Amino acid sequence: MKKEENIVQLKNISVAFDDQVILDDLSLDIKDKEFITFLGPSGCGKTTTLRLIAGFLEPDEGDVLFEGKKINGVPAYKRQVNTIFQRYALFPHLNVYENVAFGLRIKKMPENEIKAKVEEMLKLVNLSGLEKRHIDTLSGGQQQRVAIARAIANHPKVLLLDEPLAALDLKLRKDMQKELKKIQQQLGITFVFVTHDQEEALTMSDRVVVMDGGKIQQVGTPQDIYNEPENAFVADFIGESNILDGKMLKDYYVEFSGHRFDCLDKGFNTNEAVDVVVRPEDVDIVPVEKGMLTGVVTSVSFLGVHYEIIVDIGGFKWMIQTTDEHFVDDKVGLFIEPDAIHIMKKSKYSGLYGDYSSYSEEIDHLSDIIEED
Amino acid sequence: MNKKSFGNQLLAAPHVVWSVLFIVVPLFIMLYFAFTNADGGFTLENIQQIGLYKKAFGISILYAAIATVITLLLAYPMAYFMTKVNISSQRMLMMIVMIPMWMNFLIRTYSWITILANTGLINTFLGKLGIEPLKLINTPGAVILGMVYDFIPYMILPIYSVMSKIDKSLLEASEDLGSNAFNKFRRVILPLSRPGIISGITMVFVPSVSTFYISQKLGGNKTMLVGDVIEYFFNAGPDYYNVASAISMVLMIMILVCMVIMNRFSDDDSEGVII
Amino acid sequence: MKLLSRLYIALILFFLYAPVAVMIVFSFNSSSSVWVFEGFSTKWYEGLVYDTTMLTALEHTLIVAVLSALISTVLGTAAAVGILAIRKKVASSLVMSMTNIPMMNADIVTGISLMLLFIFMGNLLGLNESLGFITVLAAHITFNLPYVILSVMPKLRQTDANLVDAAMDLGCTPFKAFFKVILPSISTGIATGAIMAFTLSLDDFVISYFTCGKYQTLPIVIYNMTKKSVTPDTYALSTIIFFVVFLLLIFYNMLQSKSEKQASARKGRAK
Repeated sequence: MKKEENIVQLKNISVAFDDQVILDDLSLDIKDKEFITFLGPSGCGKTTTLRLIAGFLEPDEGDVLFEGKKINGVPAYKRQVNTIFQRYALFPHLNVYENVAFGLRIKKMPENEIKAKVEEMLKLVNLSGLEKRHIDTLSGGQQQRVAIARAIANHPKVLLLDEPLAALDLKLRKDMQKELKKIQQQLGITFVFVTHDQEEALTMSDRVVVMDGGKIQQVGTPQDIYNEPENAFVADFIGESNILDGKMLKDYYVEFSGHRFDCLDKGFNTNEAVDVVVRPEDVDIVPVEKGMLTGVVTSVSFLGVHYEIIVDIGGFKWMIQTTDEHFVDDKVGLFIEPDAIHIMKKSKYSGLYGDYSSYSEEIDHLSDIIEED
Repeated sequence: MNKKSFGNQLLAAPHVVWSVLFIVVPLFIMLYFAFTNADGGFTLENIQQIGLYKKAFGISILYAAIATVITLLLAYPMAYFMTKVNISSQRMLMMIVMIPMWMNFLIRTYSWITILANTGLINTFLGKLGIEPLKLINTPGAVILGMVYDFIPYMILPIYSVMSKIDKSLLEASEDLGSNAFNKFRRVILPLSRPGIISGITMVFVPSVSTFYISQKLGGNKTMLVGDVIEYFFNAGPDYYNVASAISMVLMIMILVCMVIMNRFSDDDSEGVII
Repeated sequence: MKLLSRLYIALILFFLYAPVAVMIVFSFNSSSSVWVFEGFSTKWYEGLVYDTTMLTALEHTLIVAVLSALISTVLGTAAAVGILAIRKKVASSLVMSMTNIPMMNADIVTGISLMLLFIFMGNLLGLNESLGFITVLAAHITFNLPYVILSVMPKLRQTDANLVDAAMDLGCTPFKAFFKVILPSISTGIATGAIMAFTLSLDDFVISYFTCGKYQTLPIVIYNMTKKSVTPDTYALSTIIFFVVFLLLIFYNMLQSKSEKQASARKGRAK
């Protein structure tokens, strides 16, 4: 591998606060000019990883490399990376222009160059004309743009974004997702993005790093992550999924829910216990006689684009998304294509994510209460 | 870099050194004086002598307590009514209440002499109406009046600032749940304004119980308060520093005990209301 | 009800201001009586100009107030930053309790304990005159400190912790980040603390009384004046002080409302 390809490298990083392990022997190569996203639930260590790269935090063990050179101990203000903070951290005592010019002034850039640079940046983020505005008078979306302009004005080689869209409403968030992606392509620099929103991660990233418990669970393209989850955690965290216990009978042949299926996976031991993932949209509902599995519909919700149907098959509640209407208590058959089945090795996450029974249970529980009344 | 860095902690060092030197050490020196005689030998004599000033302590506490109660009774409705006027007037009112507070209390106390004296404004006025002059100055009433007058802003402002922060929706909720005006006051406003009352009481009681000027000016020389006793001994020269220290110490402990009791009443752990 | 509440407010304000009004009126009395107003005159004010005791005291008061406000503001601001940085909760609350002692304690006790300290140290150093400028200055700094710290601390708490990170991210050293980012965002708190310290120092009588020795400040001179006979010149002096405090308070209030406006603007726009 050529050296320039990896702009940031994390090597066997461990971090603990007060005996609590935050990052556990984490290693990762970040390629130059890519849009990479750290995705995970809160407390998974994604923000900590970002702060390590920014230089706000030093690892207890392991090395951080920038362009192949070790930068442990190099303070934040000497690193060629810039950060967009969760709540932007715009300086409240400075106006838009001065916020964007902040880093340039520290560098002692001549005034006319600063002016040109700030104008260029504000144009890039569509804020031209707001130079004199006070930070307090800007909307959330505008503040976001100022934060972007301020960070990229310094020509970082890597831009770190710590849940930058979390404070925006849904519509604005979608717009900013597209815009950030556009800016990244325009500038041709590396974006390291942190989020807990899987949809955001999938739409924006070249590669996604799924994290939990201070460890990387999987690294891959959004398609990889979604279609080939490495373990039950990834499968559950990204999208909806039916995760079942199965047995790999031989290559390309798996048994679960009391039925044997053809599949596309191989390389497991004979009769190895595995986790099987089937995405709700990959299951076809067919008449009972044509089904590989049969069950009873226990709940139906209409979500606009499709119906979300819960089907009880031998006590396991499947979630299925379909555009056809079905009714509670209908007997239905399920048909699953070989490419809809994904096999995963057993992990510590196996068995943690049950079926979709909580849906109906809640309703049962509610109706119980109502009956008691 | 974190706000909680080791380097930042060091910034507190000069203050800590200063506070130890000028707050903690002086209290220990006072303690030392209280338990020694003029030659520096250990003695309990000073503490035993405090019995002689029982009356001064008693009167101080009594007057301060009466003044505090009157202040509270006058200030509470004032604070409540202040929250009822519109916001810009509230700001104005708050300032108007604050101004006398920042004026030297010597001057404030002193002005009362002109009003209360035997030939003062009130008696001159009464005289014109043909009424016999009243004995106003040099009475316990005048001393208590002086305390109330001098310290009432310290009662109004904390109560007002707590009351004005009460969420309006709480009052609406209590009405929604069936409270009439009285219940709304008793069950919502009063309990929520308690932290303000507590800090107001402390801020009035402490200076009242330890004052030494008000009593001299408005009470004549008849009423000796603890503050007067302490001042008297300190003016009497170094030989009396030991007794005075002992009395000061007892006064301090007394105030401390009162404050601990008061803090028991305010079960919230806020830093108190400081103006 | 509305009328009643207005009436009540008016009554309390009358109570608060009646003595002040009396004082102002009699400061313009042409005779030396403080009971009977005999005619308008500004002679008591003119007299003050030639009163050297008074002028010296004024000078002393201003020197002590300016210096003590300045020193306590610097010490207190640094302390506020430092105390918030202390990780151990026990240690920081210990420091805070110590800080608050002069605010909670009776002034007379604070004054006396300081006086004893100064005399004790004076004896150790073999001085004939233990009390004076230095001691009264030290005493004022001591009772000003908690007020400065308590004005600065809330502002520091409100400051987004990420601001320092952001400044360093953009190339500031930690030292520069403090001056470029933290200091400006807590400036109203610092100004409030400084004004409060200045006013408190200007106004203080009890603690100065025990610690100033021969270095008399204005309140001490007023005290001595009121000990003797009562004449309108005291009222004239008081009236001047009243208006100075009045102006300071207006200034202080303007600062406060400015910072409140900023805070509410910030809050209103969040999200």
